[in-house]
Amino acid sequence: MKLIEKYKDEITEILSHYPVKRSALIPLLYLAQQDEGYVSEAAMKEIAQMLRLTPPQVYETATFYTMLNLKPVGKFHLQICKSLMCALVGSDTVIGWVKTKLGIGPGETTADRLFTLSTVECLAACGTAPMMQVNEDYYERLTEEKFDRILADLKKYGTCSLKTGPFMWPEPANAVNHDA
Amino acid sequence: MSKHEPVLLKNMQRPGYTGSLQDYEQTGGYQALRKVIGKVPPAEVTTTVMKSGLRGRGGAGFPTGVKWGFLPKDYQGPRYLCCNADESEPGTFKDRQLIERDPHQILEGILLAAYAIGAESAYIYIRGEFVLGAKILESAIAEARIAGYIGANILGAGITVNVWVHRGAGAYICGEETALLESLEGKRGLPRVKPPFPATHGLYNKPTVVNNVETLANLPHIISRGSEWFSAIGSPPKSTGTRIFCVSGHVKRPGNYEVPMGVTFRELIYEEAGGMRSNKPLKAFIPGGASAPFLTPDSLDVKLDFESVAAAGSMLGSGGVTVMEEGTDMVWAALRLMEFFYHESCGKCSPCREGSSWLVQTMRRIVAKRGQMEDLETLVDLCKNIVGRTVCSFGDAEISPIMSTLKHWRPEYVRLIHEAEAANLIALKRPAGRP
Ligand SMILES: Cc1cc2nc3c(=O)[nH]c(=O)nc-3n(C[C@H](O)[C@H](O)[C@H](O)COP(=O)(O)O)c2cc1C
Ligand code: SF4
Ligand code: FES
Repeated sequence: MKLIEKYKDEITEILSHYPVKRSALIPLLYLAQQDEGYVSEAAMKEIAQMLRLTPPQVYETATFYTMLNLKPVGKFHLQICKSLMCALVGSDTVIGWVKTKLGIGPGETTADRLFTLSTVECLAACGTAPMMQVNEDYYERLTEEKFDRILADLKKYGTCSLKTGPFMWPEPANAVNHDA
Repeated sequence: MSKHEPVLLKNMQRPGYTGSLQDYEQTGGYQALRKVIGKVPPAEVTTTVMKSGLRGRGGAGFPTGVKWGFLPKDYQGPRYLCCNADESEPGTFKDRQLIERDPHQILEGILLAAYAIGAESAYIYIRGEFVLGAKILESAIAEARIAGYIGANILGAGITVNVWVHRGAGAYICGEETALLESLEGKRGLPRVKPPFPATHGLYNKPTVVNNVETLANLPHIISRGSEWFSAIGSPPKSTGTRIFCVSGHVKRPGNYEVPMGVTFRELIYEEAGGMRSNKPLKAFIPGGASAPFLTPDSLDVKLDFESVAAAGSMLGSGGVTVMEEGTDMVWAALRLMEFFYHESCGKCSPCREGSSWLVQTMRRIVAKRGQMEDLETLVDLCKNIVGRTVCSFGDAEISPIMSTLKHWRPEYVRLIHEAEAANLIALKRPAGRP
């Protein structure tokens, strides 16, 4: 089914934000990715038509951005930050856990297509490192125990309550914690 | 607890504060907007900001009011405001907290800036990974719209400002203001050659201001309490106000600490962030994000203001302070950052595109103990051929880790190379046919 039929309202809303249509390109690519799990060629062609661009203009943009997946990824996309601040406090160890527990290295997907591992650059969680992002959620101050629980919960429930809520670190001395 | 009174982080540290419109209004939120919109001429708002001495918190430290003043006065067409929420400089995580915990503080800042420059549309360009942050901003915008702070005829003053959230999609370079504009136009995030500057030719070629999240978050406070109040904080006249420093690495309590500009690194690291995490002493620190040259313990008494850090041979940059303890391998650390820059070079200009690749290869060789003494000259040579020869200042930034570690910890490079040479000699002496 075409995006325009399935997401008519969303698309109208997106287009209304910009005086120039092409600005809607990344938002529409996200919409396509949300729909299929990745940005397919068919979707790119349809978006090109919607925005009156040529397909190469759409590919040109789509290929620049690392968050747009041009190939399908696993159901849970583990993205572990390996930049210096995380590396100082053990991000390489976390990458090692993925290898031993799931048998995959960076760029690989498990045979059951549940998990894909990517190593990524700083995700703005350097004070709560090591960390990883799984699909839309952040998991911070990772320990092996936490990591095991996250994997187990993801498999079982599709999500895990250890994910970070509205971020603040350090937590205020006497404040009530509303995220838990 | 810190002995300094926070400004930007104050609300969110109140017990039970959720960042909702109601909470924000209860702490005096949107009073600054009410005070000026339709009542005080926009030019006067700009003057107040100019007088406050506020400088950009995104990295370059450009005076905010002065930047606004560059917009053409007589231009009749649309103007734009972009809030830079791309926060991708390794070591930096303050904007994320401002966005997720007190979104209305930023929105009020955006509305004040838009009013001052005459922009009817403002875009918040937020890095794609901040999914939660984008959602929080969207709902805050919806709340503010219903309350009459955003949209047409704000508070009955006949002023229109619409605010939209636009998500990036994973590219560090889109934090550079002209790359941000390209990205917002639906293109690859390649920085533009400047001049012309965004002030005259920005988004859709229209006059545009790009300001960082933290810069904008300061505005409600400056407008409410006045430029004199603000310019008395910190180290006037050149570095006024507070700054949120993001402390990471080998400290006891990493995190965001808001202090007046001008406190020393020693105070930030040993008092605010609790000192070193173990009994190993401090070996090195980066004062302002991955782009800032490394400093040694000799610089611990340097003040955290723009001029002092520059005088010490580095920069205050994005406010990301990364602390490394004794035992940290500095060549390895420099390589990690170099790999970041290599990954994030947009590829538009050859010194940066090719240079970053060669730098990474050379560094990897040295770290893998396959280096030679000439490699050190090659590194310096490559760096010198990048700096000052690129379209954007990414080029100047990417050489910082290597140049500064070579300056302070050259013996560590030399030792790795000596080990490589020794290994080679042993290999040469081995009888043929054996590995
Ligand atoms: C490579 C590069 C990356 C940058 N990344 C950011 C960023 O993530 N956030 C930001 O606010 N400014 C970033 N900047 C600075 C912006 O270009 C711009 O100076 C800033 O957004 C202006 O806002 P300010 O005056 O309020 O600081 C970056 C600059 C460069 C050269
Ligand atoms: S310096 Fe690097 S990041 Fe900047 S425009 Fe040139 S290639 Fe792109
Ligand atoms: S270095 Fe990993 S989140 Fe910043």
